[in-house]
Amino acid sequence: MVAISDYVGIKSAWCPGCGNFGILKALNKALVELELEPHQILLVSGIGQAGKLPHYTRGNIFNSLHGRPVPPAIGAKIANPELAVIAISGDGDAYGEGGNHFLHAMRRNHHITYLVHDNQVYALTKGQASPTSDSGYVTKTTPYGAAMPINPIALAIVSGASFVARGFAGDTGHLAGLIKMGINHKGFALIDILQPCVTFNHQNTYRWYQERVYKLEENGYHADDKMAALEKAQEWGEKIPIGVIYQTKLPTYEEQLPALSKGALVYQKIEPGRAESLLAEFL
Amino acid sequence: MSIDFNFMVGGEAGQGVQSVGFLLAKVFSRGGYNVFADQDYESRIRGGHNFFRVRVKNGRVSAIAEPVNILIALNRESIDLHRAELADKGVIIFDGEQVKDVPADGHLFSVPLEKLAQEHAGSKLMANTVALGAAVGLVDYDADSISGILNEHFGTGDVGDKNVRAARAGYEYARAEFKGEFAITIKPASNIKRILLTGNDAIGLAAIAAGCKFMAAYPMTPATSIMEYMAAKSTEFDLVMVHAEDEISAVNMAIGAAYAGVRAMTATSGSGFCLMVEGLGLAGITETPIVLVDGQRPGPAVGLPTRVEQGDLQFVLHAHHGDFPRAVLAPADVEDAFWTTVKAFNIADKYQLPVIILTDHHLATSYATVDPFDISRVTIDRGLLYSPQETPPSEYKRHKITKSGISPRAFPGQSEALVVTDCDEHDEDGHMTEDGHVRTAQVQKRLRKLFGLKHELATPLLYGPKRAETTLVGWGSTYGALCEVVDILHRKGGSVNLLHLNELWPFNAEAVTDALGRASNTYVIEGNATAQLASLIRAETGKEVSGKILRYDGRPFTPAYIIQEMRKEGCELGCHI
Repeated sequence: MVAISDYVGIKSAWCPGCGNFGILKALNKALVELELEPHQILLVSGIGQAGKLPHYTRGNIFNSLHGRPVPPAIGAKIANPELAVIAISGDGDAYGEGGNHFLHAMRRNHHITYLVHDNQVYALTKGQASPTSDSGYVTKTTPYGAAMPINPIALAIVSGASFVARGFAGDTGHLAGLIKMGINHKGFALIDILQPCVTFNHQNTYRWYQERVYKLEENGYHADDKMAALEKAQEWGEKIPIGVIYQTKLPTYEEQLPALSKGALVYQKIEPGRAESLLAEFL
Repeated sequence: MSIDFNFMVGGEAGQGVQSVGFLLAKVFSRGGYNVFADQDYESRIRGGHNFFRVRVKNGRVSAIAEPVNILIALNRESIDLHRAELADKGVIIFDGEQVKDVPADGHLFSVPLEKLAQEHAGSKLMANTVALGAAVGLVDYDADSISGILNEHFGTGDVGDKNVRAARAGYEYARAEFKGEFAITIKPASNIKRILLTGNDAIGLAAIAAGCKFMAAYPMTPATSIMEYMAAKSTEFDLVMVHAEDEISAVNMAIGAAYAGVRAMTATSGSGFCLMVEGLGLAGITETPIVLVDGQRPGPAVGLPTRVEQGDLQFVLHAHHGDFPRAVLAPADVEDAFWTTVKAFNIADKYQLPVIILTDHHLATSYATVDPFDISRVTIDRGLLYSPQETPPSEYKRHKITKSGISPRAFPGQSEALVVTDCDEHDEDGHMTEDGHVRTAQVQKRLRKLFGLKHELATPLLYGPKRAETTLVGWGSTYGALCEVVDILHRKGGSVNLLHLNELWPFNAEAVTDALGRASNTYVIEGNATAQLASLIRAETGKEVSGKILRYDGRPFTPAYIIQEMRKEGCELGCHI
C-alpha cells in the first residue's frame, strides 16, 4: 500500500509559509488516495518556484526549461500512456513563456494533468508582474502598473480544454479532490491554483483569498454547460469561485493514435527488417 | 554507348513541371540508367519560373551538369531563360501554337502540346504529359515503358489512361515530325533494379528502419517531406508523428518521448533550428538522445526559402550556451543520408546526446538512383538502455558518474527505479544542486563522452588518388559534384583528389591534418560566404587552406561551375582545361 511517507522528497528551498507547500501536500494526498506509486507517475515541471516541486516529492521527474513542461509531458505520454503524467508550472511558465503550448495542448486534448501554481507574480526573479497580476500592479518592471491580466479559466474553456478547474493552496483537502478528478479525467485537465506568495505579493494574500473564495459544488453549480462556465470564468474580485468550472468528454489525442492501439511505444520491439517492404515504392 | 544526357523541364508553378521531371527520371531509372535530378522552384504556389533537371548516365552520377540536351519549355519564359544552356545539337520542345514570336533557330521543335492533349486525352491540362512523351520519343526510347509508369503514378483508371494516351500522342508526333539533326538515342540499358529517391526519402526510410517511434515537427522547406513521410507510414509502422504548434514544442516533445524511452527525432531548416536551440542544450544537460535534422537553406532569417546554402555549419556546431557534447553528421549523398541516419540514432542512444544531421535543400529534394539499401545491415545499438525485460537497481542514479561518462539509462515506469533528471545542474540522482564540486564532476562526465564518440565516427572520405598535388576539400551535399571535378581534372592529366567531410563533429583533426599535409595546394569549396569549413579546419588543425571557392547565390554547385571558378581564382589545377 502506498503511503504519504512514500512521497517524501529532498529538502525544499521555498520560503516559510509559501503557498507551494499547500499544493505539494494536496498533490501527495491525491496520489496516495489514487493508490498511485511514485514509479507510476511522471512529473514534468518548468522553471520558477513551482518547477522545483517534483524534487520535493517522489516520482519520475523531468524538470524542463522555462515555459516548456507541456511539450515534453506530451512526448512522454505518447511514448508511454501507462504513466500518469502531471505537468507543473507557475503562472509565468504556463501563461507567459509557455502560452502557445498551453493553447495547443488544450486544443489537441492530450491526456495530461496540468497544475498551474498561480501566485500572480514572478517570485524566483524577485517580484515582477506576471501574466495574471492584477491590472495596475506596480513592480520594478511595470512602474506604471501591469496591463490587463490573462483569464486562464476563460482561455482554457474557449481553447477546447475538457477539464477546467480552479483550486486554492489554502484549502488542501479541496485541492486534493480537484487533483484526483484531474488525474482521473481522460483528456487535458487544467487546474489553476490560487497560491499566495508571502514574500512578493502583498496584495493577494492568504487572507485576501480566504475572504473571497467559495466552492462551486456547494452552490448547486453544474460544470457541463460551456456558456455558463464561460460566464462563471468572469467572476473575480469580491467573490472568487473554486472547484470544477467546466468538464466535458472529448476523445483524447492519444486514443486516436493507431500506433498506440498495440500498446505503449516504449514496449514495442524494433524490427529493422520490416522496413524492407518500403523499398519497393522507390523502384 | 556512353550516355550522359540532360533533360530540363521548365514552366510555371502549377504547370506540372515537377511531375514531368520526376516521371522522366523514373523512366530512365527503370531502364537501368543512373539518374540524378534536381528541382529549382520559387517560394510560391502558382506562377513564377520553376525547372527540373534530369541527368541520365550509364555510369555513376551524383550531380547536375550542363549543357541541356532536351529542354521541355512549357512556357515562353523557359525558352528565354534556358536557351543559352543548350548543347550544340540540343532541342527545345515547345508548343508553337501557344507560344508565338519566338526567334527561330535550329533548336526549336514545336509540338502542338495543348492540341494533342485535347484530341487524345480530352483536356489541355495534359499538355505536360504530351511533352513527356515527345521528349522520350526524341531519344527513341521504349514507348511502352512510359505507359507502365504513368499507370503507376496516375492509376489504371480514367486519369491514368488519359495520361497514357497523351504521352503516346507526344511520342508518336516526335517520332514522325522531328526533322532536325539529333542523333542521340537512348535504349534501355539493363534490368538492374535501382531505387530512385531524395535525401529526405532516405532519411525517413532510415528513421523507420532504425526504429524511430516518435517524431514531432513543424512544416518548413526543405524538411517538410520527412514529416509527411513519417506521418504517412505511422499506422503501418506503429510510430507517431505530431505536427506541433511550433519548433520549440517539436524539439521539446521529441525530448520528452526520448526520455520516456523511445527513439525520437525532429526535422526543420535553419530558422526553425534557431527556435530549437534551447532544446539542444536541454538534451545536452539531461543526456537525452535525440536526432535533429537541419535541412539548410540560405539565411539569415527567411533568406531564400526554396534554395540551397551550406551556411549553418558554424551555427549547429555552437548553437546553445554552455559546454556539452553533440555530434554533427553531414551526409554526402542520398546513399549516405540513409546510413548516416541509422548511425545518428545509434550514437544518440549510445552517448545519450543530441545528434544533428546537417543536410541542405539540394540533398533533401534531389532525386538519385542508388542500389536498394541492404536493410539486413541496419543494426540497432541502444547503448546502456535497460531493456523492457531488465530491472534497473533500486538505488538507480540516472546521472551516475562513470569512466566513459555514459550512465546506464532506465526509462520511467520500467520498474520501481525512479528516473529523475533536470535542466538545472543536478547530482547523480538527477536532483537539482548548486554544489560546485558536483557541478564540475557532471560537466566533466558529460564532456568525457566525446572521447568515445570521436572513435565512433568514420574518417573523412577520400576520393581520387591517395596523394595528389591538389586536394579539394568539401563537406555535405557537394560530394557528387566534387568527385566529378576530380574525375574531369584527372582525365586531363591533373593530380587532384578530394577530402570530403561528412561525419563532421567531433572533428577528426589528425586525419584532416594528415590529408592536407600531403598536398601542395588545398582548396575548400563550400556553399557559404564566409568559408565556414575553412574556419573550422583552421581552428582544429591550425592549417590555412590555399584557396576558397564559395557559392552563396542559392544555387547548387555543378562540376563545370567549380572548374570555371577555380580557373577564375587562379587555382592550381595541374592541367589545361
